[in-house]
Amino acid sequence: MANTGTKGDKVFHAVVFAAALSIILIVAAVIAVMFQSAIPSMERFGIGFLFGREWKPAQEEFGALPFIFGTVTSSVIALILSIPVSLGIAIFLVEQAPKKLARPIAFMVELLAAIPSVVYGLWGIFVLAPLIREYIGPFLQTYVGFLPIFQGRITGIGMLTAGIILALMITPIITSVVRDVLEAVPHTQREAALALGATKWETTMIVLGNASSGIAGAVVLGLGRAVGETMAVTMVIGNSPQIVASLFEPANTIASLLAANFAEATDEMYLSALIEIGLVLFLVTFIINAFAKLLILSVASKTNAAKQG
Amino acid sequence: MSETATTFERKRRGINLLMTSLTAVCAVFTIAVLVAILGYIGVRGISSLSIEFLTDTPKPVGEGGGIGNSILGSAIMTLLAAFIGLPVGIAAGVYLAEFGKNWFGNTVRFVADTLIGVPSIIIGIFVYTLVVLPMGRQSGFAGGLALAIIMIPIVARTTEEMIGLVPHSMREGALALGAPQWRVTWNIVLPAAASGIATGAMLAIARVTGETAPLLFTALNSRFYNYYLDQPMSSLTVQIFNYATGPFEVEHAMAWAATLLLVTLILVINILVRFFTRKRF
Repeated sequence: MANTGTKGDKVFHAVVFAAALSIILIVAAVIAVMFQSAIPSMERFGIGFLFGREWKPAQEEFGALPFIFGTVTSSVIALILSIPVSLGIAIFLVEQAPKKLARPIAFMVELLAAIPSVVYGLWGIFVLAPLIREYIGPFLQTYVGFLPIFQGRITGIGMLTAGIILALMITPIITSVVRDVLEAVPHTQREAALALGATKWETTMIVLGNASSGIAGAVVLGLGRAVGETMAVTMVIGNSPQIVASLFEPANTIASLLAANFAEATDEMYLSALIEIGLVLFLVTFIINAFAKLLILSVASKTNAAKQG
Repeated sequence: MSETATTFERKRRGINLLMTSLTAVCAVFTIAVLVAILGYIGVRGISSLSIEFLTDTPKPVGEGGGIGNSILGSAIMTLLAAFIGLPVGIAAGVYLAEFGKNWFGNTVRFVADTLIGVPSIIIGIFVYTLVVLPMGRQSGFAGGLALAIIMIPIVARTTEEMIGLVPHSMREGALALGAPQWRVTWNIVLPAAASGIATGAMLAIARVTGETAPLLFTALNSRFYNYYLDQPMSSLTVQIFNYATGPFEVEHAMAWAATLLLVTLILVINILVRFFTRKRF
């Protein structure tokens, strides 16, 4: 009986260990397979691949810069729009709203994260794009049109539309992490501030200061999501590999380049170039996510120490 | 002196009122956007929904047609993904919860969390080079496999979390009665955590049902009812993408109707999960 126990334990341990190991193997295999497929392109174009401005598959000319530019710009727009709103919601839910109100609101914000990317894309094409073409775009041109980023023809399809859609999509993610971080800040800090006569908002500012590295982690996590977001962006950004100042102009991101062109890439060098740029995207998002995780973990260990000490 | 003190005081209170109201505005605004999106989907989608639409296959523009084959394809690939992804994910979660308090467990946890954040299109490329290129064509199997890979880390982490909620005294009780470790996990801990693991699995299924990017060049699309895993297979999401980016008004209407179906399914799963977990925690 004891023997079947130890034998069973060994088998059981081996099975669940193999499953856990498979997660590491998947990531290792993704890197290995993509690296191998990207070798022809790496050998041919070298590091210049990342800085080339021309993307002409027919002439075997592959430069990734327009896509890197588009990815960075659309993600930055998304962060600028999303950070204040996400912080606002999280503060409202943790510091102000009564529990009965906070729960349903938090759930509804989380539902935004459950809506598939392709649905955001559909909504972007038929609701947001016309809205920008008819109202938001002309409004911005009237009042801040002297800025180069708001000049040019407004079609509704372009960088700004992609940035706004991305902002919507990362808001629930940033909100939920900031909420967790704020809830982890010990209650005694708030009581101390209030007891010294601070207003509710001044107390909140102190809490925010103490949670700052966790908030940074939430923002970095949102950035990772924005950088990798594919379908919604593909549908509204216009898929044009150009580097221009105007946010009304069409652009392209790494993820949408892959979504729109991968299926038709039959030529070996073209495929290799696409996989190389995919590998860049993979490594960048992997590093961003790892960084976010470390920032959020640092808060958890700090507040645990504070609670125990 | 009291004069300046009161203006200062008034300013502090003013800022307090302004900022606390602004945070409420943020919350109201975001919920308004959610309602606007869902409402628009409902209004646009409902007018094109019909029995024929849900059962027919795509037809040339202007002749009607439906998304029956896409519904079937999504169901098959999601089932395949669950069939592969759930056992592996749950087993990995069991390892993390029961044996994972060491450097290996920490590494797996870290890699799983970062894998969750990797863009799903990358998984599509991976499966394309690993399965589609050697097989010579896109297939439902490749699509299901891509979805399975996306599910594994999500299921592993929620399973670990749910097993962590099982009280330690239950394990100790069973161990004290002489049960071997694996019996304790299999007969005591897993049944106790079963409903939690099931809700986590449902959320993961809802998540992959909405995935488009990993299917674009693994499963591709198909105009016909297809029951074979080695053939290209249609899915709701890829079909929505094709209809949405098509040039015709009729296609757009079908995209909205298919979206209504997809979003309803995903929201129902999310709300049910919420409803059932609410009672326990």
